Amino acid sequence: MSRIAQFLFRRKGGRGWHWTDIVTWVWLVGGLFIMFGPAVWLVGSSFKSPAALAEFPPTILPYITQKVTVSGIDKPLDLYEVTLEGGKTVKLAEVRRVGVVSQMVDPSNPGEVIKVNISQRKPVREMSFASENYTGPFTHFDFVRYLWNSVFVTVVATLITLIVNSMAAFALSKYEFRGRTIAMLLILATLMVPLSVIMVPLYSIVSALGLFNSLWGVILPTVATPTGVFILRQYMLTIPDELIDAARMDKASEWQIYWRIILPLTAPALAVLAIFSVVWRWNDFLWPLIVLSRKELYTLQVGLSIYSGELNVQWHFILAMTVVTMIPVVLVFIFLQRFITTGIAGTGLK
Amino acid sequence: MGHIKLTNVAKSFGSVDVLHDISLEIADSEFVVFVGPSGCGKSTLLRMIAGLDRPSRGELTIDGKLVNNVPAADRGLAMVFQSYALYPHMSVRQNLAFGLENTKMPKAEIVERIAEAARMLEIEPYLERRPGQLSGGQRQRVAIGRAIVRRPVAFLLDEPLSNLDAELRGSTRAELAALHARLSATMIYVTHDQVEAMTLADRIVVLRAGRVEQVGTPLELYNSPANRFVAGFIGSPHMNFLDGTIESLGPSKAVVALTGGHRVEVPVDGTAAGARVTLGVRPQHISIGDKQGIPAEIKLVEALGSETVLHADVAGQKVLVVAPGQHDLMAGAGIHLSLSAAPLHIFNEQGLRLG
Amino acid sequence: MKADIPGKPGFNFGDAAMVPVRFAMELVDPPLRWLQRTAGLGGMATFFLLPNMLIFGIFVLLPFFINFAYSMTGGAALFLPDRNFVGADQYARLFDCSNYLDPNSCAEDTFWTAVGNTGWFVLLQVTLMIGVSLVTALILNRDLRARSFWRAVFFFPVLLSPVVVGLIWKWILQRQGLLNFGLYGLGFEPHAWLNDRNWSFAAAVGVSIWAHMGFYTLILLAGLQAIPKDLYEAAEMDGTKPTRVFLRITLPLLAPNLLVVIVLVLIRAVQIFDEVYVLTGGGPGTSTLFLTQYIYETGFAAQLRNPGLAAAASILMGAVLVVLTLLQLSLGRSSEKKGDRK
Repeated sequence: MSRIAQFLFRRKGGRGWHWTDIVTWVWLVGGLFIMFGPAVWLVGSSFKSPAALAEFPPTILPYITQKVTVSGIDKPLDLYEVTLEGGKTVKLAEVRRVGVVSQMVDPSNPGEVIKVNISQRKPVREMSFASENYTGPFTHFDFVRYLWNSVFVTVVATLITLIVNSMAAFALSKYEFRGRTIAMLLILATLMVPLSVIMVPLYSIVSALGLFNSLWGVILPTVATPTGVFILRQYMLTIPDELIDAARMDKASEWQIYWRIILPLTAPALAVLAIFSVVWRWNDFLWPLIVLSRKELYTLQVGLSIYSGELNVQWHFILAMTVVTMIPVVLVFIFLQRFITTGIAGTGLK
Repeated sequence: MGHIKLTNVAKSFGSVDVLHDISLEIADSEFVVFVGPSGCGKSTLLRMIAGLDRPSRGELTIDGKLVNNVPAADRGLAMVFQSYALYPHMSVRQNLAFGLENTKMPKAEIVERIAEAARMLEIEPYLERRPGQLSGGQRQRVAIGRAIVRRPVAFLLDEPLSNLDAELRGSTRAELAALHARLSATMIYVTHDQVEAMTLADRIVVLRAGRVEQVGTPLELYNSPANRFVAGFIGSPHMNFLDGTIESLGPSKAVVALTGGHRVEVPVDGTAAGARVTLGVRPQHISIGDKQGIPAEIKLVEALGSETVLHADVAGQKVLVVAPGQHDLMAGAGIHLSLSAAPLHIFNEQGLRLG
Repeated sequence: MKADIPGKPGFNFGDAAMVPVRFAMELVDPPLRWLQRTAGLGGMATFFLLPNMLIFGIFVLLPFFINFAYSMTGGAALFLPDRNFVGADQYARLFDCSNYLDPNSCAEDTFWTAVGNTGWFVLLQVTLMIGVSLVTALILNRDLRARSFWRAVFFFPVLLSPVVVGLIWKWILQRQGLLNFGLYGLGFEPHAWLNDRNWSFAAAVGVSIWAHMGFYTLILLAGLQAIPKDLYEAAEMDGTKPTRVFLRITLPLLAPNLLVVIVLVLIRAVQIFDEVYVLTGGGPGTSTLFLTQYIYETGFAAQLRNPGLAAAASILMGAVLVVLTLLQLSLGRSSEKKGDRK
């Protein structure tokens, strides 16, 4: 313990406590709670039953009222701890409640009904993880479809992005041709045209191509990313031209040069772009919301937002689905965080 | 096989002319070296022969076939690059095999050819390594090996030794010469180092500013350089140049008065009395003479043991003397230099050789 | 990033796992060799560039240009040929106000509400985001142990999808949520934050900062770490006061990164939509209605769709973005010239 304390409260230069040390630790520890707390709370809540979710004040861990089956009654009954008039406490099952009076029975002696004031009884609670929150969406919302749609869009869009962008980057970095500067400027200019500016005409074009209500309508407009072309081109410029000359002398075709020499050597940049693309496409929201109007085509993000916007939100399902939606991104974060942060620091792009 | 002919070949990049009307014939199994200072166009010339650049004008034939529009891959040539250009993501074996696979050669033959080249170059132990795990000298051998397995009609080598340290350069140079003797293939070699050119070449092509200055065997260039540039470029340390005027002309002889008044007799024709000329003499050919010699002042003495290099001043012009053996001379001393035994070269005001 | 040629080789198509890829690539090689022979190297360059340019032309350039045409047509028809030309009417409608200081006096009062909300949002985002991420970057730049862990803590929400961010906070800010629980523990009454006009706007600002501050912190931290340590040592030798060190060394040398961050925050804040839409749906009322949502609803979701009006509004927004992006590019160039940034 003292070791941990020593680690946590290590001070700069080992001199006395300076006010900045206090600010630092308040900020960092506060940050830890504010940044992770909400996500942790979400995960915790996702295991609670609808009844537990509706409780106020909420409990940290998921509890439910214990149930008991009583012979002669079909449904399982809630179990309560009741303080009887004599001060004795017993466990009774509630049959029904009328006003402030609860009609209860002893599970071991179901014939006799005991009337108890509700202030005298306390539910018997036990911890229970509501795994049906996770299994429910599969039957209630076609969750598998949404998951599949999201995976399909993410994987296909990323693959196309990698191929198409790397081909363009190859042309723009290793060939001299007329119009190269114009092509480069056009691609860079795209950075100025975000989706929100062109969504109306884009929608009409996608519809005209018959891609409305199609996952391809979600994929295709996103794959020619200027960022991707830019990152890959910068990287390819550092590959020596002599390698390409050598391959040409070795009777390689231009296509072979592209896939046997350039692509393998661009692997680190391709990896960065792949990670970014997976995160972008998995998280896309506005455009799929516009293009996909049929339920069976929803991606996770669209499905989640639609169901969470309904009048009677089934929070227990929404929370569980949100957790599932978070999983791939959290995995990326855990395993590839270093890769991404250096990528951002190096390119200034997100 | 391996007969390469260039007729009035020229190359321009935009409005810049890099090569002007180059005509050259390279015989089969000849070792030709292109030499010249950097920027003289020698690498561009090589790349044009290779097919990596297209000539702007002129004709290029290989074994009698016009190849101006034949892509590099189909010319049957192999090239060794200055940076070696080994594919970093492939093992040595895959590097050697890449060009052969592209011709759809049967696997068995590929294996056989790689084994043979590896044996010849002694790179067998490294075949499964990647270029990043090899030393500079080993990479260089792999680069040559990649060319050998192709069995090309001609080898093109672009400054292949410039990335090696001095010692390795010497030994690799000797190996290259042996390799040429063994393969008896046409080799075209580009370098800016005249020592490499002298030691390796059957014939040397001296280039300057996109023009051929002289073509000849190493000794032809050394003994009778066609102009002042070639004279200065070939030989180490480079030739001394002394300004003078033709004083009188005899039959096939002339007397040149040097700046400072000293007179020398040189075999020359095709000039007129009173013309301004430059006298060229190699440092090794100047000897320290008696009072009849040219008076000079020693500025610096470099005693190398086997020889002594003197930096001298003759009437305001710098003269370098390489005297065999050891001499007890001091900077500041006055000496006399003798040209009596020296082969003398004389150039007119345009720098062209006279006589 | 730079290709470290001899040291770090990439993947190799000679490896066994690559066999199917290799097969596919070799399958297309013969026709492409033919293309190379007939069209030459220039033709191959076109071939490599074509797919990207085609997609880019159809899905970015074309919409960009026909957007102008859309903004000059009226009606609810989707395809341009079916729409009737109305000239500048849509723009006139957007600017049809009796009192330019009062959104309610305008014909398109929701547009001006959205503009006003977006303006406030941008202002608060820029100031608060810069403040929060600068403080965080400064703290992370201290002599910390496990710095990469702490950096990861603040970076975590950046990768989350806007929908997830919206839902996480909607869950926390709802009536039975964690925030009310905490306040209840301190003796306050529970409050329906997202049903309160002022609080929902504050929530939109705060959630957006929570989600993105890690990204900007990273850029600022990279800038801080690029400042040579010996400058601080020199200042310490001179006995310079810490505040003076901050104002005279840190801030000027960080200025290029700071400017980039400001412009990036601006560009992003102008387009704010996803997480707020999920969090509040633009409400209550129109208290968190922003420009992108206005365009989306006018063009797609409203009972009476009006693509022309949406296009006109998007062009106005695009104009603002173009100015901001050009600002960023020129700032980027001038800071590159100074050599302060990598």
